[in-house]
Amino acid sequence: MSSPNPSAPDSRTAILGRLRAAGDSGPLPALDTAVLERRQWDPAERVTRLRKGMEAVHTEFLDAKSDTWPAVIRVFCEREGLKNLLYGPTSEAGSALAAAWAPEGPQLKPYDRPVEAFKQELFGDIDAGFTGTVGGVAETGGLLLMPGPAEPRLMSLVPPVHIALLRASTIQDSFWSAVKALGWGRALPPNALMISGPSKTADIEQTLAYGVHGPKRLIVVLVDDLK
Amino acid sequence: MHAEKEIHFRDAAAKALLDPQLRANFRRAMDGLIAKRLAQFPDPRDLQDLRDLSTAIRSRSLLCLPELLEQLEASCAKNGIKVHWAETCEQANQLILGILQAKGAKTLVKGKSMVSEEMHLNAFLESKGIEALESDLGEYIIQLDGETPSHIIMPAIHKNKDQIARQFSQKIKDAKYTEDVDELTAMARKVLRQKFLDADAGLSGVNFAVAETGTLCLVENEGNGRMSTHVPPLHIAVMGLEKVVARLEDVAPLYAILTRSATGQAVSTYFNLITGPRGEGEKDGPQEVHLVILDNGRSRIYADPQLRATLRCIRCGACMNHCPVYTRVGGHAYEAVYPGPIGKILTPQMEGVGVRHDLIHGSSLCGACGEVCPVEIPIPEILVRLRREATHEDMGSTVVGKGTGRTASEDWAWRLWAGVLKRPALYRVATWFATRFGKALPASAPLIRNWTQSRTKPVPARRSLSERMRAEGVSHE
Ligand code: SF4
Repeated sequence: MSSPNPSAPDSRTAILGRLRAAGDSGPLPALDTAVLERRQWDPAERVTRLRKGMEAVHTEFLDAKSDTWPAVIRVFCEREGLKNLLYGPTSEAGSALAAAWAPEGPQLKPYDRPVEAFKQELFGDIDAGFTGTVGGVAETGGLLLMPGPAEPRLMSLVPPVHIALLRASTIQDSFWSAVKALGWGRALPPNALMISGPSKTADIEQTLAYGVHGPKRLIVVLVDDLK
Repeated sequence: MHAEKEIHFRDAAAKALLDPQLRANFRRAMDGLIAKRLAQFPDPRDLQDLRDLSTAIRSRSLLCLPELLEQLEASCAKNGIKVHWAETCEQANQLILGILQAKGAKTLVKGKSMVSEEMHLNAFLESKGIEALESDLGEYIIQLDGETPSHIIMPAIHKNKDQIARQFSQKIKDAKYTEDVDELTAMARKVLRQKFLDADAGLSGVNFAVAETGTLCLVENEGNGRMSTHVPPLHIAVMGLEKVVARLEDVAPLYAILTRSATGQAVSTYFNLITGPRGEGEKDGPQEVHLVILDNGRSRIYADPQLRATLRCIRCGACMNHCPVYTRVGGHAYEAVYPGPIGKILTPQMEGVGVRHDLIHGSSLCGACGEVCPVEIPIPEILVRLRREATHEDMGSTVVGKGTGRTASEDWAWRLWAGVLKRPALYRVATWFATRFGKALPASAPLIRNWTQSRTKPVPARRSLSERMRAEGVSHE
């Protein structure tokens, strides 16, 4: 089979032709973004809002400082009896965590192979995944992640617990302002996402249940780096 | 082309109304959704501004639709996403089959996609020996029973937990009977995790496609969308051609109003932006990503300046949650992929206003849908327009099946009405009789029966208005 797609060029021409034939109907309406611009808070308020928004959907927070967060994560893992924690050895957050991690107790597991060689273990044996974030969203609560070579996509999805590192200074007002601040509107990596809580569903009688497909718990390690 | 298959919403609705369980399930769910949506919009000014902005963004996208689609295709190609075009559902199905076969894929896990419902993709793939498994919990539940979604956002809303408990205990291997929602959810998680792990391919819909960056945006709470699009080696996304917007910045307000209107959430659990297959150095993500862009009548809807507004829809479902008809009869009575108010304007435009004139008439035109719609689609006005189209061939439109919704009795009634109105003497005689003897007419008389079935018979005034005006000496001129 040379091409799975024999009729495509014709369909494309026909569809675009029909859309073009419909003609242009008038000027483009103006975009008034005032309602988005009104969403602004000072840095401390942003932290409060993010926390409130995310706690409302069952996200848990651990407070930390720039130099204590690896220890905070460790204490959490020990307290919860997690036997291992998946991390990205070449990511900034991942390498900082590894540098501070003591060898005994919960094990750090590097995600350093293609998933094909790692799928069974990833789905079956990993207790928690640790990732950094590239920011947060104050308006609604939410973490911004850019998975990639250093922090593969499935780290924040497959393990039953997701631990994410968030620096308070990186919290943006809204998703809209974050898109602009991070330059996402110009170029995006193959995957980027916003996460506001653990996986959930209300498909059975509108009753909320957490941990349906993705993580059952989302733990945000919030680093207070505001002056 | 006249109706080969007449479908009667009225009969299906009448049947649904007699099912107290169904009515209770919908009532509870819809009341909850209405209240939650309202709580998300405490400031009417913010709501109106956000609606205006969202409407403007969707209108702009439609005004530049062919250019944006070409730009999307080019951006996707640059990112390594292969774009395919399908004029019909049949073509789209064949395309997907081709992509799957080229990779030797035998199993497909699906994230929620209404377009794939429109294509009846699951049945098609099953007939070709490929397993297509729904992984959204609601979709999974209805697939187990071979049902179709009864709501575009909450497909299993018509079922309560006892029904689901019974179904799971019968259909899932080794499942015990439980009505505990957490336990039921855990059972589905267990089954589906294995499926994600084993699947050869994943399929998803698209909430918004960004032309400038070539990004597919997916909104979800469960994580099954991410599982379907990131775990298997092949990801196929399907979208209606109207889903494109110019810039990622435009997506922000649309996303904000979508989740609030749909489920009363300020934000969904995941907002997933896919801009390419597994990149250089990446350890996971699909090796191939394909995007299938489906027309299926949309370009025809696009050609009509008034009906084009139908394509602004962002599929939030708010119109159905607020519809006095939908909330009483539920989604299945519509016998259409898209139920509720949006379905009432979309389905007849796709399948024909003649065959589906039952839908365009199944509305009280109360206006609730238009009022809550986040992109201000004038659904009631479009319904009225389609009612005219259904009985008039000569409106110069591109509407499918125009003029085929006439019935002999209706024609006859209108002709009689016009004949009487055109002759003042006859009109006077007719009203004289109606006012004097109308009261005596039995409620079960033919034609009147249709009205009196569920309402009391109106009693005509003893004297007509013009008689009274004459008697009181009011001049006609
Ligand atoms: S018509 Fe409006 S309210 Fe209905 S689903 Fe579409 S966007 Fe939502």
